[in-house]
Amino acid sequence: VCNVCLGILQEFCEIDFVKKVCQKVNSAEYQFTSFVFSVSLPPQLSVREHAAWLLVKEEMGKQGLSLAKEDIVQLKETYKWIIHPLFSEELGVPADGKSLFEVSVVFAHPETDEDCHFLATVCSDCFKPAKNKQSVFTRMAIIKALDKIKEEDFREHFPCPPSSPKNICAALEIQCTNGAIFVAGRYNKYSRNLPQTPWIIDGERKMESSVEELISEHLMTAFKADSFNFSSSGREDVDVRTLGSGRPFAIELVNPHRIHFTAMEMKELQQKINNSSDKIKVRDLQLVTREAIGHMKEGEEEKTKTYSALIWTDKAIQKEDIALLDDMKELKIDQKTPLRVLHRRPLAVRSRVIHTMKSEYIDDHHFRLHLKTQAGTYIKEFVHGDFGRTKPNIGLLLKRTADILELDVESVDVDWPPALND
Amino acid sequence: MAAPPGVTERYFTRWYKPDVKGNLCEDHCILQHSNRICVITLAEAHPLLQNGKTIKSINYQISANCSRLQNKVSGKSKRGAQFLTELAPLCRISCSDGKEYTIYSCIRGRLMEVNENILDNPAILQEKPSTEGYIAVVLPKFEESKTITQGLLTQKEYEEVLLKRFNSTS
Repeated sequence: VCNVCLGILQEFCEIDFVKKVCQKVNSAEYQFTSFVFSVSLPPQLSVREHAAWLLVKEEMGKQGLSLAKEDIVQLKETYKWIIHPLFSEELGVPADGKSLFEVSVVFAHPETDEDCHFLATVCSDCFKPAKNKQSVFTRMAIIKALDKIKEEDFREHFPCPPSSPKNICAALEIQCTNGAIFVAGRYNKYSRNLPQTPWIIDGERKMESSVEELISEHLMTAFKADSFNFSSSGREDVDVRTLGSGRPFAIELVNPHRIHFTAMEMKELQQKINNSSDKIKVRDLQLVTREAIGHMKEGEEEKTKTYSALIWTDKAIQKEDIALLDDMKELKIDQKTPLRVLHRRPLAVRSRVIHTMKSEYIDDHHFRLHLKTQAGTYIKEFVHGDFGRTKPNIGLLLKRTADILELDVESVDVDWPPALND
Repeated sequence: MAAPPGVTERYFTRWYKPDVKGNLCEDHCILQHSNRICVITLAEAHPLLQNGKTIKSINYQISANCSRLQNKVSGKSKRGAQFLTELAPLCRISCSDGKEYTIYSCIRGRLMEVNENILDNPAILQEKPSTEGYIAVVLPKFEESKTITQGLLTQKEYEEVLLKRFNSTS
C-alpha cells in the first residue's frame, strides 16, 4: 500500500471500484444528464502529502532547483483527473462541475487517524475545541496547521518518508444526491376548515390535512423526492378562503430522483392535484429556479391584497351609514400585535394602509366590505378592533360595535409566477 | 335577530376572581385566550361599573419606583416585561365621589401592556369593560398556563357566588 496516497491512486482508480460505485448510482434510479464527483479524503493524507513534498523539495534543492508547495498537483485533483473519465464512460454522461447530480464518496483510514495529532501540540492555535463531539482534527484545521508549521518542527514529529500502512483506505460512504428542484404555481383555497401547514400539537393532529400537504403530496410522488419545503406569498387563516387567481407558492423538492418533466406532463400533474381534492386548486404549475423563493418573500412583504369581508354591526345601519367607507382612500391604521398571535410574535405597533374600500349593504345588521390593503394588514382586527388595539377600525369608523363573520382573499396582487394558458 | 358570538365569546374563556383583596364586590374577570394570553378586565359587578359612578382619573404609577406605563417588552420571548404575581396592583382609579379602587393582576405572568386608551377616555372602561375597556394584557409562563386558573372561578361557579351575594343581602 502506498505510504503517501494510502491506496487512493491505486485500487480506488481501478475499474472495479468505478463499477461498484456506478452500480449503487444506477440502483438508486436517478434521472441525470451530467454528474459532479465529490470525494472526501481522510485529513491525514494532507500530512503525508506534506511529508512527500518536503522530501522531493530536499532532493531538488541538492540540484539547485526549488519546489514550492503550489507547484505540486494535489492528490484530490489527481484522483479526479483519473477517475472522471472512468465514471463518465460507465455512467454514460459527462462530468460537469456545475451539475446538480452529485456522486460523493467518503474515504477513511482509521489506522493512521492519529498521524495528525502531533499538529495539535505544535500548532495549538489552529485547533478549536470540538463542537458536537466531532473530531477537532478537521481538514481545514490540519491544512491551516501545515501552512504554519516550520519544516524542522514537522520533521521532528513526523517521519519523512511516511510509514507504510498495513491497510488501504476504506470507502465508507457512497451517496448520490440530486440538487433541489423548484415548482411554483398559484393556489385557491375553497375550504374554511383547512390550515396552511399541518396543525399538530403535542404530536396530535388537531385538524385534518393542510394546503401544503394537499399540493406537495403529488409532487413528492412524481418527482420522487426525499422531502419538501413549502413557501408562499403570505398565507391565510384556517377559516379564510382564497379566491380569484389564487396565492403564489413555491415548493422546493429535496433530492428529487426524477427531474425531467415536459410542459404537458406538468399540466397533467396539475390536473391530478386538482382532481384529488375540492378543498384546493392549483394553476400555473411550472418548474422554476431558486429565485422563486425571493419572489415569494417580495410578494408577501410588498404587494397589495384585496379582500371581501362579511361584517355584522350591533346597532342597525342604513346604506348612508356605511357609504362613508367608500370615500376613504389611503386610510392609515396602527395595529398592535393582535392578541391571537401575541404568544408567538413580538409586541409591536404596525402602521398599515387601507388603500380603498367598497361597501355592499345587505340588511340593517350586515354588509359586505371589499378592501384593498397594504401587505401585512390584519383584516379581522381592522374590523373588530382587537380590544381597541387596532385604530382606527370599522367599529370606530361606523360608531358601532362591528364583528367579522366571514373573510375571503379576493386577490394577491403579484404577477409571478408567469400565468400559463390553461 | 340574536347577536352572533363576539370575539370574546369565540376565542376567550371567562374566569373570575370575586372580592379581590377582601374588598366586597371588587370582582375581576380574566379573559383567557386559547393561546394562553390573558386580558384583565372588570366584572360587571365591580363598583366602578355601577350606575352613577364617574371616573375622575386612572393612574398606572403604582409606587414610587414602578409605573406600569414604563413596561417595555422586547422580542418574541417578551424580555424586560414587569413580572406580576396575583396581588400585583395594575392601576389605581379615582372617582368623583372620592372613592379609590385598585385593580389587581389576579394571575402570575409577564405584563405585556396596560390599556392607555382608558387614560384619555375613562368612560370606555365603563361602557365596554370586556373589550375596549380592558385593563391589561398578561402572558403567563408556558409551564404555568394550565395552572394559573386554579385560583379562579369558572362562569358557573361565579354565578353561584353572585346568587349567594344577592340572597344574603336581600
